Amino acid sequence: MKKRTLLSALAVTSVLALSACGGGGGNPLSGGGDNKGSSGSEVIVGSADFTESQLIASIYSQALQAAGVPTKEQFNIGSREVYIQALKDGSIDLVPEYSGALLSYLDPKSTAATTEAVTAELKGKLPSGISMLTPSAAQDKDVVAVTKATADKYKLKTVSDLKPVAGELILGGPPEWKTRQQGVVGLRDVYGLNFKDFVSLDAGGTLTMTALTNGQIQAGDLFSTDPGLVTNNLVALDDDKSLFAAENVVPLIKSGKQNDTITKTLDAVSAKLTTDDLISMNAEAAKGTNLSDIAKKWLASVGISKS
Amino acid sequence: MNILSWFTDPANWTGSGGIPAQIGYHLFYSAVALLAAMVIAVPLGILIGYTGRGEALVAGSANALRALPSLGLLVLLFLLISPIVSGKLVYVLPTIIVLVLLAVPPILTGTYAGIQTADPDAVGAARGMGFTKRQILLRVQLPCALPLMVSGVRSSTLQIVSTATIAAYLGLQGLGRFILDGRAQASFSEMAGGAILVAILALVLEFTFAWLGRVIVSPGLRRTVSKSSSPISTTVLEPATT
Repeated sequence: MKKRTLLSALAVTSVLALSACGGGGGNPLSGGGDNKGSSGSEVIVGSADFTESQLIASIYSQALQAAGVPTKEQFNIGSREVYIQALKDGSIDLVPEYSGALLSYLDPKSTAATTEAVTAELKGKLPSGISMLTPSAAQDKDVVAVTKATADKYKLKTVSDLKPVAGELILGGPPEWKTRQQGVVGLRDVYGLNFKDFVSLDAGGTLTMTALTNGQIQAGDLFSTDPGLVTNNLVALDDDKSLFAAENVVPLIKSGKQNDTITKTLDAVSAKLTTDDLISMNAEAAKGTNLSDIAKKWLASVGISKS
Repeated sequence: MNILSWFTDPANWTGSGGIPAQIGYHLFYSAVALLAAMVIAVPLGILIGYTGRGEALVAGSANALRALPSLGLLVLLFLLISPIVSGKLVYVLPTIIVLVLLAVPPILTGTYAGIQTADPDAVGAARGMGFTKRQILLRVQLPCALPLMVSGVRSSTLQIVSTATIAAYLGLQGLGRFILDGRAQASFSEMAGGAILVAILALVLEFTFAWLGRVIVSPGLRRTVSKSSSPISTTVLEPATT
């Protein structure tokens, strides 16, 4: 019984594979060649397995539809390891990425930090058959955040402003910050900051947020698109010496699928998208609003599609 | 191999984050939690064992306590007390509470079961000799309960020592630091080293308690203990050793 199911499954797959080899096209299920992406006319939009990625993917998908490009949504795929592979083998054609994280995935030794440096280096490191479009100004990167009260008290706007007062402040962040260049080490070497103490908590999660708002720590590692920055009245200090790698939102696309309409549409999205937009959309999402509704509303508000 | 070089690297044995210092912190948190648990569980256990009241309630809720996931509880407590408590205490208090909650049930069960199952002949003989109730409790029931109490404390200690690693999750010290920092920095030999140290520490304490149990329990009771595989004591003890 089991054997027979296996056999018939094999038969079906081989028929599918054969028909794909026949170059018939039009079958979205069969994987395409190396650079072609999916074989259908539609663009398969993928996303990572967290809210913000799905939200941006939803924006891409709806913007393309508004421009007359048929899309298919394949969200919530998994971690970078998984969706980059999916992009390579043609199961998806388009995915939103973060430039710095993608670069350090492709080249763990890279030290590029500014938006320009990261973008330039990333272009040379992309796997063959995959292209990136113009990065957006919107970023989801590590920020050193303080409360509004602390910022006012010490007149803090940038990370450099912390220098005279760091000795009085306790810093909180993920355990890896203790030894990482983009963490305590870099804050000391690049900015000359010697905090009173460092507490290992989490990476921009509940622990850091709670400790920061309740005053157990005075500076903490958060993410720049965290809605808590706004709702908890926090100030993200400007990384004026570019210690933390830029994490600009950038569309990654299968080269074979790219055309002028797609490029123009997604470039328009990237041009309009800001970090503040991501904060407010993340806040909406946290309230439980449907992601595709949030995407639709944003696209209408920036005039890319009609509501 | 890497694990071995982690253990033999002199840098890991010195300084405030070194192995001896972290073992010290680990034992310190564990000792505080164990003492607090004993202060709560021993008197309560005596009361229940002596009066025979509230056993079902306390045993039930004590066992329910052990089902709570420690890490989840730790974060929850942190979120709850963070607005109220200031300074280092905000990290220490949730850690100790979580450990105490883990440690209370075995000691509590050990104590009241020990008192309830104290040899009825011995209790009767004491009563016949004119002992007051208080004297019976202090001189007969409690010494008879000692083996079970020690075994309760022993299993509590093991639970505390192996769980005290979660202190590192709230930025505290202890052997959990090696495990958490090792994971965060993708240094797996450090992670493994931390885990091995916790296991060694637990084993050393286990042997210490086995020895201690022999020393402090009256020789006259030891024989009874070894044959006290009566259904009552085993069923009561079972949850304490899991």
